[in-house]
Amino acid sequence: MIDWAHFTPWTSLAGGLLIGTAAAMFLLLNGRIAGISGILGGLLRPTAGDIGWRVAFILGLVAAPLLYQMAAPLPAVQINAGTALLVVAGLLVGIGTRYGSGCTSGHGVCGLSRLSPRSMVATAAFMVAGFVTVFVVRHLIN
Amino acid sequence: MQLLMALFAGLVFGLGLIVSGMTDPSKITGFLDLAGAWDPSLAFVMGGAIGVGLITFRFARTRSQAMLGGPMPLPAARQIDRRLVLGGLTFGVGWGLAGYCPGPALASLATGGSKPLIFTVAMLVGMAIFEIQDRLSQSPAKKSA
Repeated sequence: MIDWAHFTPWTSLAGGLLIGTAAAMFLLLNGRIAGISGILGGLLRPTAGDIGWRVAFILGLVAAPLLYQMAAPLPAVQINAGTALLVVAGLLVGIGTRYGSGCTSGHGVCGLSRLSPRSMVATAAFMVAGFVTVFVVRHLIN
Repeated sequence: MQLLMALFAGLVFGLGLIVSGMTDPSKITGFLDLAGAWDPSLAFVMGGAIGVGLITFRFARTRSQAMLGGPMPLPAARQIDRRLVLGGLTFGVGWGLAGYCPGPALASLATGGSKPLIFTVAMLVGMAIFEIQDRLSQSPAKKSA
């Protein structure tokens, strides 16, 4: 059943259009794919001339909530995971996105947009793993 | 100019994540909880972003150069291998456990307190583990999608 109390179709669609626009600008103007894990992970393998744009994009991403705050209060967030779970989750996300060459943005948004079979497989893999994980945690363990 | 545009693109991307609600981990796990009270919002985020993306990539195919210079990155079709699938599955488990993927975690760092920071540090450690393992195994990593 649908969680109508939390479902936000219009703001989510609007946010998605913004994300798509950002990825479009980055591709057409800079010639770069807006895949966050790849942009961040590439900094751990620094090569000359390949650092500045990564740092600039990440700075923009990190600064976004500060800019948002100037116009309106940030939406409330709820983080259920405790420290130990955050650490485990972070490790898995870090390792997995690098082995799988992408995350929700690189495979999910950019890859699906260019109809890449690799990205379709990767997106299916992380979606299914996410569905199963939440099912196990919420409905089998708790 | 390229750096300025990269900064701007990151900023717009981050604003999109905030507006869409994706910086709230409980909305991510709400989407992934098919068997419980399901929040379909994330599908609308993907729909909006991919809608713009489909047009963009179709247009990008007609160009060989980015507007600010440099080649247009249009990776050729590549192998679907174990690495891709296992990496995706591993990422998905981490994503489901905390409700964070890399973008929203970074877009929460400046204002979100200690939790996104802990997640991000662990994620960077995970990425570093990949780098070390990858260099030891001497198989050069493929470029990110």
